[in-house]
Amino acid sequence: MSQTIKENLMRFIFLVTALVSVLAVLLICYFLFINGIPALAKIGLDNFIFGKEWDPTNNIYGIFPMIIASIYVTAGAIIVGVPIGLFTAVYMAKYCSNKIHRFLKPAVDLLAGIPSIIYGFFGLSALVPIIRNIFGGSGKGILTASIILGIMILPTIISVSENAIRAIPETLYEGALGLGSTKEQAIFKVIIPAASSGIFAGIVLGIGRAIGETMAVVLIAGNSVSMPTSPLSMVRTMTANIVLEMGYATGLHREALIATGVVLFVFILIINISLNLIRRKAL
Amino acid sequence: MTSETSVNLINSDQSENRFKNKTGSLILYILIHLSSFVTILILGILLFFMLIRGIPYISPKLFEFNYTKENVSMMPAIINTLIITIITLVIAIPVGVGAAIYLVEYANQENKFLGFIRLTTETLSGIPSIIYGLFGFLMFAISFHWGYSLLGGALTLAIMILPVIIRTTEEALKSVPDTYREASFGLGAGKLRTIFSVILPTALPGILSGIILSIGRIVGETAALIYTSGTTAKVPSSIMGSGRTLAVHMYTLLSEGLYMDQAYATGVVLIIIVLLINLSSEFIVKILSGTQDE
Repeated sequence: MSQTIKENLMRFIFLVTALVSVLAVLLICYFLFINGIPALAKIGLDNFIFGKEWDPTNNIYGIFPMIIASIYVTAGAIIVGVPIGLFTAVYMAKYCSNKIHRFLKPAVDLLAGIPSIIYGFFGLSALVPIIRNIFGGSGKGILTASIILGIMILPTIISVSENAIRAIPETLYEGALGLGSTKEQAIFKVIIPAASSGIFAGIVLGIGRAIGETMAVVLIAGNSVSMPTSPLSMVRTMTANIVLEMGYATGLHREALIATGVVLFVFILIINISLNLIRRKAL
Repeated sequence: MTSETSVNLINSDQSENRFKNKTGSLILYILIHLSSFVTILILGILLFFMLIRGIPYISPKLFEFNYTKENVSMMPAIINTLIITIITLVIAIPVGVGAAIYLVEYANQENKFLGFIRLTTETLSGIPSIIYGLFGFLMFAISFHWGYSLLGGALTLAIMILPVIIRTTEEALKSVPDTYREASFGLGAGKLRTIFSVILPTALPGILSGIILSIGRIVGETAALIYTSGTTAKVPSSIMGSGRTLAVHMYTLLSEGLYMDQAYATGVVLIIIVLLINLSSEFIVKILSGTQDE
């Protein structure tokens, strides 16, 4: 009898632990929205999202340049990271020997394990001077941030794409080879189209990483609040805005920063939902 | 796999003929190899650059027990990192492993409710660390009136690494063959006994590698900690006090802009820790694949 009680009690405890993640999502939503929505109401959703000026001392809060900056930097990261990542994934799945794979895989994992503050510092001390020497200006900006973010999303793109490519039955590949196509034609005309939803899921995951990245971007994007006019423009992303000003902000200013977080959170939720839709399609 | 390598050999032997009139294929072939090389090169340059820049600045002064403006010691930050890592793991491991046990061993796999829990775990893993930081700040520092505290930071990180622990534990549990469960039930063991005496020990290497992965995230985390555990450069007298971890220490040095040399040295220590973490995770994965006769 006591055995059944114990079994049921533990079953209940396991259920409770499983519910913690549900509770966590609810709490995060609650605290963000409760603290961010009032600012949106006071400033006006329209003024906040499409306002081009951010001037806390005069209580003007518009984050449009930051939304645009986040989108540009993320797009840049995708342009840099996706081709390199996809080709590397093809190499790892279809070209390299087991021996090389045993070396490459941990290397990619290490790339994923390096903290973002290290990437930022590396960008600041190695890449910024190079960009400055080539293009002039400060060296910080969309281009620099895009390159570093592109590197940062590489491991995501590589692992997800490699898995997607490996999941395609070998018979498809052999069939294409048997019909006389080259190895490259077989991969790019048969395998990759077949693996496209898996690869696409990797790209969307990468978008999520890039748009939410904070510490690297703060150090290398330049942080000035203005509409970007060129790839070299110094920009401030939504994430950077929160980190830079949260420390000293009070009142409406603080609420406006939380509201910036809310807008970012909505972006992330949209990305998550599309990721789920793609994954469902991939199955 | 042997047929794969032999195909490669034939290809490389005939590589000059293979691409005759096949410029497209040749370009792709080059791009594929070039990209892989670039990936490795980037990692190499990054590690080499950070180590070369930082190692000359490593000195005993940086490891003195107390932080002062003169020594810019990272010792308090190292101790804080350790404290936060331990608290985070103590909270996240039981919850994460318990959740995974429920999802794999108890829940009806067709259940809608299961899908809902999976959805929330995925949502959690997609949330950027700055949002976690914002949430931790609003809940622990403001709502609970804790101010900046190691405990607040650790709780925030515990939620952040929860999906990693759940997912890796789930995979580890699923890789335990059903025959083990059936054999255990057949011998008269109850469900609970089966889980604790048969399934968990078998799944342990997988669970451990997930935990090590999480340690890596905790150690490298900055954005979620700046406004939860704060940036005070000393070891607080209790876990309710504020203290900066190593990664936060590095960020504050960089944003103050006065101690770039020390920031490089801190970077070296951080990189070495990450390297060690990754190596031990590799090692455990090898043990795992070893015991399962891959």
